[in-house]
Amino acid sequence: MRDELLSILEKNSRIDFKELAVLLGVSEEQVLQEITKLEKENIVCAYHTLINWEKTDIEKVSALIEVKVTPQRGQGFDRIAERIYKYPEVRSVYLISGGYDLLVSLEEKSLKEIAAFVSDKLSTMESVLSTATHFILKKYKDHGTIINEATKDEREVITP
Amino acid sequence: MRNFLSDKVVNLKPSGIRKFFDIVTEMEDAISLGVGEPDFDTPWFIRDEGIYSLEKGRTFYTSNSGLKDLRKEISNYIQRTQQINYNPDNEIVVTVGGSEAIDICLRAVINPGDEVVIPQPSYVSYEPCSVLAGAKPVIIKLKNENEFRLKPDELLNAVTDKSKVLILPYPNNPTGAIMEKEDLEKIAKIIKEKDLLVLSDEIYSALTYKGRHVSIASVDGMKERTILINGFSKAYAMTGWRLGYACGPKNLIKQMTKIHQFAIMCAPTTSQYAAVEALKKGDEEVEKMRQSYNQRRRFLMDAFKKMNLDCFEPYGAFYVFPCIKEFNMTSEEFATRLLREEKVAVVPGTAFGDCAEGYLRISYAYSIDNLKEALFRLEKFINRLRVS
Repeated sequence: MRDELLSILEKNSRIDFKELAVLLGVSEEQVLQEITKLEKENIVCAYHTLINWEKTDIEKVSALIEVKVTPQRGQGFDRIAERIYKYPEVRSVYLISGGYDLLVSLEEKSLKEIAAFVSDKLSTMESVLSTATHFILKKYKDHGTIINEATKDEREVITP
Repeated sequence: MRNFLSDKVVNLKPSGIRKFFDIVTEMEDAISLGVGEPDFDTPWFIRDEGIYSLEKGRTFYTSNSGLKDLRKEISNYIQRTQQINYNPDNEIVVTVGGSEAIDICLRAVINPGDEVVIPQPSYVSYEPCSVLAGAKPVIIKLKNENEFRLKPDELLNAVTDKSKVLILPYPNNPTGAIMEKEDLEKIAKIIKEKDLLVLSDEIYSALTYKGRHVSIASVDGMKERTILINGFSKAYAMTGWRLGYACGPKNLIKQMTKIHQFAIMCAPTTSQYAAVEALKKGDEEVEKMRQSYNQRRRFLMDAFKKMNLDCFEPYGAFYVFPCIKEFNMTSEEFATRLLREEKVAVVPGTAFGDCAEGYLRISYAYSIDNLKEALFRLEKFINRLRVS
C-alpha cells in the first residue's frame, strides 16, 4: 500500500484520509498510521502547492545557477551546499555529476536581486570557483504537471 | 429499381447504444459515464514510436499476418503473462482491433446452421457477427447472483448437437465480471466433452483487480480448441490505433488470415510499429493505469454502498453494473430520465442483451473528480425516486 499511497500523495497532497482509505481499499486508521510513519521517516518531507506565478500580479524571476566548487577536506560538498541552501531565496540545491558540481535554483523579485545574490553572496564564497547563471524564461512543465494544459475530453460521449 | 439490400443485414437489430447516443449528443453539458474506452492518452513513448515510424517512411503494407517483430512480441507477452506458447510464425495474426479478430474467427469456422453460444450481457458485436457468418446465435442469460460468471449448468443447457463455438467474453464488458481459474476449469470440462471451439475475447485481460487474469487457453487441453483474442486498445489506451490480434491453432489461424488478407490486407503499419514498443516497454505504464482504475473502482463501489444501490463487486475491465430494479423502470427509462433530469449519461444494460434489463453500465474510465460530480447527481436522482 505504501507505494500506491505515495504515488497518490505525490499528485494530490490535499486528499483526505477518508478518500485515501476508499481508493486504497484499507481503513482510515491504516492510512493515518502509514502517513505518520512516512512523515517520521522523512519520506514525506513536505506538502507543497504548485503555483503558476505568471498568472498572478506578483513578479518573480527564477534562475538556475551552475556552480563549480572545491570540495572541502573531510566534508566533501556538504559544507558548501549547506552554506548555499541556508539562504531562503535558494529554492533547491543539487549535487550534479558532469561539468560542474552544484545546481542552484533561485527565485527572486527581480533580475537585479538575482545578480546581486550571485555576485555578492555566491561568488564570494571561498570554495566557489565559478558560476554560470541561466534565467528561466518560461515553465512548460514542473513537478510532473504540464503548465497551461487544456484538458478536454475528446472521446465520443457513448461508445460500446 | 430493385431493393439492393441484403435481408440478413437489413434484419440485423441496430445497436442499442446508437439510439441512446443520439439522445446524449443533444444534451450539451451532460457528464458522461458512458464511454467504453480509457480516459488516458496513449503513453507518450508509444506515440513517439508511431511518429518515428512515419518519419522513417515506414508507410507500406506489412505482411498479411503482421510485422514479424510484433508477432514475436505478442508471443513473448502471452508467454510471460499466461505461460502459453504461441508460435509467431503461424499461430498469431495481427488484426484491425479485437473486433476484426472476432469477425474473421467466426467467418472462418461457421457453416450454415452452426450454433454460436453467446453469454450475455456482453459486447455488442458477437451476435451480429455470428448472424453475418451464417450461424444461429444461442444466448445464455448470465445471472447477477453468479456475479455474471458463466456456470457449467448454464452452458450445458445451451449446448445442442449443432453448437460449434462458445464465446467467452471475460473480463466482461459491460458487467466487469471475471472468470477465475476454478470457474474456467469447470466449464472447460464441458467444452471438451461437447467438442466446442472457444472464442475467448480477453481484450480487458490487463485490467483485472483480483489476482491476475487467467486465459482459458492455459487450462489443460484447451489451447488446441481456443482462439485467444486480445489487443492494444484497453491495456495501452490505444483504441484509435485499431490494433488487435488472434492466437490459436495454426490451421484455424491460417484460414482466418486468408479472410484477413482478402478483406483487410494488413493492420495499420504505424500502429504495428507503435505496438512493438508498447509490448517491449509498456508493462510499467499498464500497471500504473490498472492501479488508477482500481482506485476508481473502489471509489464507485464505496459510493454505491453509501447510497444503498445494489451492485455486485466487479473485478475486471472498467465498468460497474448496478441493479436498478427497485425503481420499477426499464433501464432505458432510467437512463433517459437520469440524463434529462441530472445530465448524467450512463448506458442502459439492455444495449448488451435483453437479459440485462434492470441494470446500467457505468464506466469508470474517468477522473475521480468527474466521477464525484456524476455520483453526486446520481444520488440526488435516486433519492428523489425513492421518496416519490
